[in-house]
Amino acid sequence: MFESPTIAEFVAQSNLVATLPGSLLMAWTLVVILVDLFAGEERKRWTPILASVGLGLSLLANMAVYAPAEGEQTALYGMFIADAFTGFLNIVILVATFIAILMSWDYLNRSDIHRGEYYILALLSSAGAMFMVGANDLIVVFVALELLSIPLYILAAFRSIKNDGSELSLKSEESGMKYFILGAFSSAFLVFGAALVYGATGSTNIPTIFAAAGGIVGAATTATFYLLVGAALLIVGLGFKVAVVPFHMWTPDVYEGAPTPVTAYMSVTAKVGGFAALLRVLVSGLSVLVLAEGEPAAWQTTATVIAILTLALGNFVAISQRNLKRMLAYSSIAHAGYIMVAVAATGAAGVIDAATQGALVYIMAYMFTNLGAFAVVMAIEREDGGGGNIDDITGLARSRPLMAMAMTVFMLSLTGIPLTAGFVGKVMVFAAAVQAGLFGLAIIGVLTSVVSAFYYMRVVVNMYLRDSSGELQPALETPAVRWAINIALAGTLIFGIFYPLATNLVGMVSLA
Amino acid sequence: MDVTGLSLTTITLFLPLVGLFILLLMNGETQKANLKWVAFATSIVTFASSVLMWINFDPGTAELQMAQRNTWAEVSLGDTSINISYFVGVDGISMLLVLLTTFIMPIAILGSFGSHIFEERGREKLYYIFLMLLEWAMLGVFVTHDLIIFYVFWEVTLVPMYFLIGIWGAEERIYAAVKFFLYTMAGSILMLIAILYVGNRAGTFSTYSAGGDAGVIEMVQTWEGDGTYWDAVGPDSDGEEEGFLLNSVESWLFLGFLVAFAIKVPIFPFHSWLPDAHVQAPTAGSVILAGVLLKMGTYGIVRFNLSLFPEATVAWAPTIAFLGVVGIIYGAWVSYAQDNVKKLVAYSSVSHLGFVVLGIFALNAQGLQGATLQMVNHGISTGGLFLIVGMLYERWHTKEMADYGGIWKAMPLFGAISLVISLSSMGLPGLNGFIGEFTILLGSLGSDYLGFAFTLFGTLGVILAAVYLLKMYQHVFMGELRNPLSDEEGYKLTWYEKAAYIPVIIMVFWIGLQPIVFFNMLDLSVDSIAAIFVR
Repeated sequence: MFESPTIAEFVAQSNLVATLPGSLLMAWTLVVILVDLFAGEERKRWTPILASVGLGLSLLANMAVYAPAEGEQTALYGMFIADAFTGFLNIVILVATFIAILMSWDYLNRSDIHRGEYYILALLSSAGAMFMVGANDLIVVFVALELLSIPLYILAAFRSIKNDGSELSLKSEESGMKYFILGAFSSAFLVFGAALVYGATGSTNIPTIFAAAGGIVGAATTATFYLLVGAALLIVGLGFKVAVVPFHMWTPDVYEGAPTPVTAYMSVTAKVGGFAALLRVLVSGLSVLVLAEGEPAAWQTTATVIAILTLALGNFVAISQRNLKRMLAYSSIAHAGYIMVAVAATGAAGVIDAATQGALVYIMAYMFTNLGAFAVVMAIEREDGGGGNIDDITGLARSRPLMAMAMTVFMLSLTGIPLTAGFVGKVMVFAAAVQAGLFGLAIIGVLTSVVSAFYYMRVVVNMYLRDSSGELQPALETPAVRWAINIALAGTLIFGIFYPLATNLVGMVSLA
Repeated sequence: MDVTGLSLTTITLFLPLVGLFILLLMNGETQKANLKWVAFATSIVTFASSVLMWINFDPGTAELQMAQRNTWAEVSLGDTSINISYFVGVDGISMLLVLLTTFIMPIAILGSFGSHIFEERGREKLYYIFLMLLEWAMLGVFVTHDLIIFYVFWEVTLVPMYFLIGIWGAEERIYAAVKFFLYTMAGSILMLIAILYVGNRAGTFSTYSAGGDAGVIEMVQTWEGDGTYWDAVGPDSDGEEEGFLLNSVESWLFLGFLVAFAIKVPIFPFHSWLPDAHVQAPTAGSVILAGVLLKMGTYGIVRFNLSLFPEATVAWAPTIAFLGVVGIIYGAWVSYAQDNVKKLVAYSSVSHLGFVVLGIFALNAQGLQGATLQMVNHGISTGGLFLIVGMLYERWHTKEMADYGGIWKAMPLFGAISLVISLSSMGLPGLNGFIGEFTILLGSLGSDYLGFAFTLFGTLGVILAAVYLLKMYQHVFMGELRNPLSDEEGYKLTWYEKAAYIPVIIMVFWIGLQPIVFFNMLDLSVDSIAAIFVR
């Protein structure tokens, strides 16, 4: 039935070089596993260093594969696509992973939960995210999503037991379990959605879906119905991963319970992967799902409603949080809402590129800022996981001025004040929304960011405007953690002050 | 016109940042004594640079001068892209406000030389860093002609002011700082959407034309010609001319900008943040807030609302001018009722800026000229009043009027200075306040858009100003000395206090006696805006 391809044809079609950044990272994890297995107890420090080297190699491969002159290329028989979109998000994922690894070492040692698997799982998860951003086929979306998620389930529960076997944190266990059950549940939606889309179009390949969907929508058959339901289920499945309302319930508990570096890491990578897949599926695949001539894509209203709900709920509920990790959890829900504004804007035909670029810049800004904020929160946490309340940050400006300054910049960036990366992201996202004619959405977006200013500024108020009564608490301000904060701070400021840097980086990105 | 080269405007704009970086590099503990000098020197150099601009300034043209425009970033838009440019330059209006900013700044810094606040709260280095950041951002607001970059500077002013109030303010400082931040951010963030719409529609964020690229202002004028304006309010299907619709795109854009500016000014009823912020802010904060920051709002209205949305401006002019007049009377009235000196001066700002708003929405050359000059006058007079209040507070540690009295007896020189500044704020002929208010009232009287009643009630405000300011002066300076200081030395004015007042007094008389110098500067720039509204 199948004709076996020639070797040359196989090599050309599979084009493994294009997948190199992701596949190299996966191969490298094997090296790290082996080294970690045989390295003595006093040499465990090599594991994170090796993991970082893997990230560096992957970054180099990424630079080589995505030279601007190359244009886009497909791999694995068209199931994987390597374009500027993939290349840009790969860098975001790699930087995020690196910052997370910097945060992890001292944290893990202090809690006595240091195990080499931690870094291996993180690398695998990153590789999954990298395959997800390049997925050109619903099957790959699913497989990559699982590769991204399963290590995260384990990482979330990493604080439950110490190395000596004693129990450490029940919350972490709960976090991993909750994330796993809900994650598995949401994957089912994704698969069912993919099946329906397959049923309607006869393919799981995104460009083929795009080609087929045009004819189906025009003919107005039951296949259109399958396509609509399929698209809805895909949004549900991916919506769980990126934590948009109403699929966000797991987020605060999971974020609070997981080890803080893991929270920081997954708040970024899971969103990068999820939004990348969402954009690919909706824009590259289903942007032709237009029910009447001249209207925006059918899923735009859904995306708009989700965005509004997410913005409102995330920002308003964050106000009442006393625990910083929970506050940042709700804030990350809110930020998913801002990215969702860009996703909604891609529904209008002329705005696809502007909106996609806006989403990418926003994701990058969010990556730096959020990792930095979590790094500061992690640094002031006590060993038992307590001490992360809003009152515990009081007087930080006096006790740790540099850390307080960095935290202020992160809070301003999350609010979207100019000269920070967050502002650049917001401008691009809202510019796209205005171009798409979604004025109501844009206005709700900016008004909710005023609401967000209230709880972000409360952190600054506590750090600068109130003096602490108690003495200086011990903080995890080791060189590695400081570097993590510094990198995040540099990213936030550089991309905020030099606006063109961000726009140039994503200038080549096009999903249309 | 080559506009890509380095201009004097850019140099002036970035001088405060140079000071900021020097301060950053200094060690806050060992070089404590030098911090204020670095800040003061920076502000003086910046002032000198702006005076150099003034010397180079040619009042014989309405064009932007010392302009510089470089493409900064591109935002993609379908198949094309919109440029965001670093676009700075000054016309008469900008020039005057740049001078005001650089003039107030050294005075504000001198005003904090003797402050006891650092003994209590410390962080002197951070204080001066924020002052430098604030000066940079305020100058940026007055010289940029690209909407996005304008918005950047506009929002950046929030951050240092927030910290100035929040860290070095009085007892209720946290409440005041948060209120200030949230209130003004809520107003300005809608402007961002309006800005993005304008940029999207016009294909550029530059307001002025430069280097062959048309700016939004020029485009709006051409749109008027073919009757399509912002939302094609032209002849409709049956060929009849439609009137201006309040529920139209232009109207909403106008309001998007206006709310941001109105909160900053503040126009009644958006003023509730102002008394809190003023009363809680440290002296330098109050001086800058009253002296410069509030003018960003009125400047924004003149610069953007009037030129970009002429039809909406005409439609809304009576309403906004009415709010201005309400502000004049209400501000004066509430001011009179205050027992707290600082609050009294704060509410007087609402009243004075009501005049500016009235002058702007008279929509003629006189009104606009008077309004612009009054921005400067108010900056000088009210800035001076806040300095007075600050100095009283440093000595007596109270803001209650009842605790003062007879200060003249103890400090005759200080009493005389205060009298001159109070009289200037009242609008006594021969001093600066009179010139501004008189021109504004003249403008509103001759306005095609405002009725006689506006002028009538506006004039009432001049009388009321005399009432509350004389009340303050009487309570504080006249009568018997009620609370003598334990240390006689405290009655002497230090050299830096005298140094802060000398320029203020000079300007009060200079503008009062020779306003033509300043009117000349404004003439053509204002005319080019007023020309839009000639009926």
